[in-house]
Amino acid sequence: MASRKTSHSKQDKSDKYSILLPTYNERENLPLIVWLLVKYFGESGYNYEIIVIDDGSPDGTLEVAEQLQKIYGEDKILLMTLHFLSKGTAYIHGMKHATGNFIIIMDADLSHHPKFIPEFIEKQKEGNYDLVSGTRYKGNGGVYGWDLRRKVISRGANFLTQVLLRPGASDLTGSFRLYKKEVLESLVERCVSKGYVFQMEMIVRARQLNYTVGEVPISFVDRVYGESKLGGNEIVSFVKGLITLFATT
Amino acid sequence: MTKLLEWLFGVSLVGSVWALVSFDLLDLSLPQTYKDVAWPMPLYLLVSFGCYSLATVGYRVATFNDCDEAAKELQEQIKEAKEDLKRKGLKM
Repeated sequence: MASRKTSHSKQDKSDKYSILLPTYNERENLPLIVWLLVKYFGESGYNYEIIVIDDGSPDGTLEVAEQLQKIYGEDKILLMTLHFLSKGTAYIHGMKHATGNFIIIMDADLSHHPKFIPEFIEKQKEGNYDLVSGTRYKGNGGVYGWDLRRKVISRGANFLTQVLLRPGASDLTGSFRLYKKEVLESLVERCVSKGYVFQMEMIVRARQLNYTVGEVPISFVDRVYGESKLGGNEIVSFVKGLITLFATT
Repeated sequence: MTKLLEWLFGVSLVGSVWALVSFDLLDLSLPQTYKDVAWPMPLYLLVSFGCYSLATVGYRVATFNDCDEAAKELQEQIKEAKEDLKRKGLKM
C-alpha cells in the first residue's frame, strides 16, 4: 500500500490514456473488458477513457456500450460506429476523438487482460518509450488454450520474421500495445497492410523511424467465447505480407 | 536499404569470396585444402542453418508458457464482473 502512494506522487497528472476498442459482435465481452479496465485503472489511479469503435455489430454491441456509458459516465466511455475494413482505419478514427496523450490498443475479446496496462504504463515511463509492446514470447509471457499445432505455427512464423526482418522486438503480430499518441498517428498513416501483417508493419516502421520500443510479457488467453481462426488463408496472407515487408522496408 | 537488398548484398559478398576461393578465379594458386574446405561451405551453412532453425523453434515451442493461472483468474473475474454489473443495472 505504501509503495502505491509513492508511485502516485511521481505520476504526471497530465497523462491520460485512451483505450481504443474496435468491436465486432462483442456484446458478451464488452461489459467484461470495460469492467476490468475500470477496475485496474481505478486501482492504479491513472487518468483514462475507453473509446469503443463498433463496426456496426448486428448483435447489439452498441446497446450494451450505451448501457455501460450510463453506468460509468460519458467522460469515461466514448462510443463510435464506423464501418472499418481494417483495425488501422478504426485506430485513425478513434484517435481523432481521443483526448489522451497515450493510446492503448487491445482486443476486446478478453484475450488481452487489462491487468497488464499498469505494467505497460510503468515500462513506458521507465525508458520514455515511444511504444510498449506486449509480448507472449519473452519472460513469463505466454498463451492459454493453444494446441501444439498453433504453438508451432506461431513460433515458426515468429522465427521466420526475426530472421528476415530483425525487428528488435520479440512479438510482432501481437496487438496489445501502448503508444504515444503522436507516434501512433504517424505510424498508422504509413502502414498499408492488414491483419497480422499490419501489426508487424507498425513495429517495423517504428524502428525505421527510430522510435524506441519497450516490451512487457503478457499472457494471452485465447477466446473465452467462440473460437479463433488460423487457417490456410491466414497463413498465406501472413507469408505474403512478410515477403512484402522484407522487400520494401 | 531494404532487408531484401541487405540480404542480396550479403549473399553476393559471401558468394564472390566463395567462388573466388573454390574456383581460384584470380589465379592465386591457393593450396588445395582451401579449395576443398570452401567448396562445400554453402551446403554446410544451409544445413547448419536448417538444424539451428529446427532446434530453436523446437526449443521455443517446448518452453512456450501455458498460462493456466491467467485463464483461471479470468474466469473468476468474469463471474465477479457479471455480478457487479448486474448490481449496477446492466441488462445482459
